[in-house]
Parts: sequence; structure tokens; C-alpha cells
Amino acid sequence: MSHPTFNLDGQDIPFSEGQTLMEAATAAGVYIPHLCHNPEFTPHGSCKLCTVKVNGRNCSACTFPASAGQQVLSNTRELNDTRRALTQMLFVEGNHLCPGCEKSGDCLLQATGYHLGMLNSRFPHFFPHRAVDASHPDILLDRDRCIFCELCVRASRDMDGKNVFGIAGRGIHNQLVVNSPTGLLKDSELTVTDKAAQVCPVGAILIKRHGFETPIGQRTFDRQDIGTEALAREQTAEGLTHD
Amino acid sequence: MTEKLTVATTSLAGCFGCHMSFLDMDERLLELMTIARFDRSPLTDIKHCSERVDIGLVEGGLCNAENVHTLREFRRHCNILVAVGACAINGGLPALRNHIPLEECLREAYLDGIGVEQPGIPNDPELPLLLDQVHPIHEVVVVDYFLPGCPPSADVFWKFLTDLAAGREPSLPSPMLHYD
Repeated sequence: MSHPTFNLDGQDIPFSEGQTLMEAATAAGVYIPHLCHNPEFTPHGSCKLCTVKVNGRNCSACTFPASAGQQVLSNTRELNDTRRALTQMLFVEGNHLCPGCEKSGDCLLQATGYHLGMLNSRFPHFFPHRAVDASHPDILLDRDRCIFCELCVRASRDMDGKNVFGIAGRGIHNQLVVNSPTGLLKDSELTVTDKAAQVCPVGAILIKRHGFETPIGQRTFDRQDIGTEALAREQTAEGLTHD
Repeated sequence: MTEKLTVATTSLAGCFGCHMSFLDMDERLLELMTIARFDRSPLTDIKHCSERVDIGLVEGGLCNAENVHTLREFRRHCNILVAVGACAINGGLPALRNHIPLEECLREAYLDGIGVEQPGIPNDPELPLLLDQVHPIHEVVVVDYFLPGCPPSADVFWKFLTDLAAGREPSLPSPMLHYD
């Protein structure tokens, strides 16, 4: 069975009608860095890490539909420099102190930094003051580490049917808020089995009492690059591989 | 034989863990000493840099006025300045105090905290004044290289210094790149 193709960094990538560039690339075994995209959810297109050049124009690979004959650039020095800068901005606008974070080694933000060869934070740190919500008996919400990917918002709304999370404020005053009478997690409907409690790519939403089951040094991204890991995980998630 | 590389080191607002990790090079230190010698460092107890130093390794971020003074001296004397470890690169764990007003930190530590005896905030003129926030060093001086990690492993120090000594552009292979 033959599929139409587009060209990604010199390689012909087959796709099915309606697939995004990201879906087709993932199915073909090509990793495009991303943070807000998760194949289990409707694409969001907000982190801009997956920006690729399509026929010379910048597009988010997670939302842009594939079409026959497109010339797409992704793994170029220019685009990776931009991705590194975006990742550095995410680091400085929150409080991402890896040595003290129990997600370290399993964190997609950190792993993206590793993948892009990020050695420093480049920009002045904001050191914002964001409240921790430890009120829930089983789930910790540490807003210092939130990157506003809205995966918890989407999971709670679209999968759990609970609407526990939302983003309030604008620009740098954005914050993750909880839909409960007190604004606290303990008074929300969130439970430990909810997708929203499990989906956080960073250490902002953590299940309590499980943080150190795997020792630092033996975790996912201590052993492998996120490029390899994400392809394996996301191809399985969507059954995306072509025949 | 060509002149040995000179290496200065200092610990600002850090825990000396990066220096300990440096010493974890173990027997490779002997090999390193054939191509490099220490200048100012807590390991030599030399208090000030020579006029020109090849490489300055800075552990720790900036939490007080003396840290800033020391960092500026390093920058003036070191041809290559290296931010070593999480604290130098992003403030690290000392930066956890950054969203707490300084007065509140001092009150908790010296006046109201559990177990405080003879309460009183130290104010000897010899004590350096605290900054209101802990800052990474790249916010104050130009930094040439960064060695992430808490601490960077001995292998990272070895790779970096032997790369420089051999005239190569230092680069860390991805398994050596860690922020924790």
C-alpha cells in the first residue's frame, strides 16, 4: 500500500490523509522535540518547541497537516538553537531546581534540555513566587515547575470529565488554578487514578509517596535520550507505525 | 615541555560538593598534575589569583557581597571562566530562599526559629552582607563554559580539562550531561 509523502530533512516521510507532520514523523521514527504535545490528546500547539520550517515558513509540527510534496526542515542548527532558547526560557520563568526535584530523571523538560545540549539558563532567572498546594492527601501540586502545557487541563476536561484544572491570568502572570470552592486540591474532585494526576510531563503534579521508588541515576532519561524514548512511547500510544 | 596550565578554583554559595567531585578523579589527579597546576584554590589555600590564570572553576552562586567580589576577581584574572555545578549555573538549592523576603529568612534563622538560643541577628562588620536573592554567576560576569550537575561527575571535570589541555573545544557527550 503506498502513501503520499513529504520530505523531512531529506527523508521521504509517508503519511495518511489528516495526519499532522508530528504524527507522520513519529510513525516514521523521526523525533521532533516537543513538550505540550501528547498523542493521546488534541494538539495544543503552544510550546512551539516542535516548530519546523514548511516550505520556508515556521509551523508547529503538532498541529500542521501533512500534505504531499512539502519540504520540511526540523533537525537544523537554526531550529535547534531556537528550541534550546525556548527551553531556557521555560527554565528561567519557573523555579526548576533539578537537584531537589523528585521528577528529576523522568522529567520531559529536563530531558529536552539534555537532548538539545542545554548547558545553562542563558537568561536572568525570574525566581517567581508560586504557591505549593500540598493539601491533597495523595497528590502534590508544585506550581514552581509548571510549564503551562495544559496537559492536566486537557486530561481533566476531556478524559476525566472533571475540569479540575485551568490556567488563570495572562502572560507572565499565568498560573495553574484548581477548580474547587477553596481553590485547594483537597476540595477538588481529583483522584490519584485520574489521567490529570498522571499526565504532567514535569514535576508540577506528583503522586505522593512514590517519588523515589527508582533511584536518581537509574531513571528513564539517565539511561536514554528522549528522542528514542518518546518515539517508542508515542508509537505505542497511537499505534502509529505504517504497514 | 610547555608551561603547565594554571587552574584556580573557588566555592561561593555552594556546598563544596563540586570540589569533592573534582577530587573524585582519584588517581587521574596525578596525571592531571603533569599538565596543570593549581593557583588560587581552597585546595592550595592560596588566597588570591596570580596575575593571569588559564582556567577558573567557580562553584556556587552569589548569596552575599563577598561572593560578588570574589567572582569579579576571578573574572579579572582568569582567561577562561567556568561555571561549575547547578548553584553557579542557576542558583541551585540556595536559591530556594529567593521567594522569601530576606528579613523573614533572618528572623526564622536567628530570632524565632525552633531551637534558637541567644537570639540576635549577626551584624559583625566583618560579615559580608547578604544579597536579597541568590543569583547564578552568569548574571554578574561573562562565563565561558558551563559544567552542569549537582555535582558534575569527576568524569565531567576530566573530560573538560583534558579537552582544553589538548586544545580541543570542550564538549560533554550526552551521558555526561545531567542537571541533578
